[in-house]
Amino acid sequence: MLLREVEYAKPSSVAEALTILAANDGARALAGGQTLVNVMKARAASPDALVDLNGLEELKGIELGADGTLSIGPMTTYAEICASAEARARPILGEVCAQIADVQVRNRGTIGGNICANDPTNHLPPLLTAIGAQMTIAGAGGERLVPAEEFFIGVYLTAVGPGELLTRIVIPAGRHDGFAAVTLGVDGTCIANAAASVNGSLRVAVGCVAATPVLVHPASADDDAVRDAVRGAGFEAPSDVHASSAYRAHLAEVLAVRAVRQATERASA
Amino acid sequence: MESSRAITVTINDVEYEREVEARKLLIHFIRDDLDLTGSHIGCDTGNCGACSVIVDGVLLKSCMLLAVQADGATIETVEGLSESGELTPLQQAFSDHHALQCGYCTPGMLMSATALLRSNPNPSEAEVRKALQGNICRCTGYWNIIEAVKAAGGA
Repeated sequence: MLLREVEYAKPSSVAEALTILAANDGARALAGGQTLVNVMKARAASPDALVDLNGLEELKGIELGADGTLSIGPMTTYAEICASAEARARPILGEVCAQIADVQVRNRGTIGGNICANDPTNHLPPLLTAIGAQMTIAGAGGERLVPAEEFFIGVYLTAVGPGELLTRIVIPAGRHDGFAAVTLGVDGTCIANAAASVNGSLRVAVGCVAATPVLVHPASADDDAVRDAVRGAGFEAPSDVHASSAYRAHLAEVLAVRAVRQATERASA
Repeated sequence: MESSRAITVTINDVEYEREVEARKLLIHFIRDDLDLTGSHIGCDTGNCGACSVIVDGVLLKSCMLLAVQADGATIETVEGLSESGELTPLQQAFSDHHALQCGYCTPGMLMSATALLRSNPNPSEAEVRKALQGNICRCTGYWNIIEAVKAAGGA
């Protein structure tokens, strides 16, 4: 399929990328392109210009701090996270990245692209919400740090505004996490998913049921408490060819319980 | 910012220099501009893997990359597998195990399996299945393809 005419820029620094994005209203950052190029084919998005972030070393790489905090460049691919010794400090990251799509997509798709796309069926928005990630967003006015709860603001919409870029993903230390999903085929698109973390406090986020990941607050890690919390979260799950609203809401309860069980088993192991 | 640019790519050891529009997908560049029609377009939506090629050692779907992004890259396509005209052990295994029917998906299957066997010369059946997940075949039911890749890996 032929794409609509588009301008192309390949900046050599984040500063240059920000300048180009700020100067061109219709410009969009191009990360791995495993979503954006396809939505451009379908004309669901028609940016006037693409600012290619590939090649910006500043946006790549995984650093493990002395306190176990991970700092991940948004242009790090899923495959790089799966293979990274540092990323194993938070094992759930590599486990979930290994379930995304297929080899080719994992070789090119990036953690930053996944969360900035914020497709409600993506794996990483609920996961990063549950594990308490924080995102660094850079723009003309400098940098700001945004917690996951405030980063995802709507379908395909995040706190990264026009002329801004996601420049870092910061993930606190912790090993006791869980993730569960019902997908369209093995490693396919999620019909519903849930992530849980029991590092200190219990955090549970369910995906695919609303425009953004829904953070729920169970009174305890007991199955019934988790089910009650999901039931009481007040979302109206969307209905489509794969699942009715009621079935998707049911899946959210089941998957939240599975994710919490996995996290608590790891905490007690 | 430009709507086209001159790129240089090396494909199967041949260097090509061309002016390409920014909107041109890598698969269209490979097939239409360079007439290397071994890589196929099956779905054009990033799902089927028939356009899989190896770019700088990394297996990718060439319908989800712009040609301008391949500037400076070294690319391997299915035409480059058999340098001397002799089939590679993987290609021979596809023939021996009847791993193709219509053959449309085969270029992508071969590139994915080639990438797998480079990083994992003796893959298990589960590893073969995981490695071929991005490649769709509508004829064979996959069974003979998996047998062929396992055989090429010495299983």
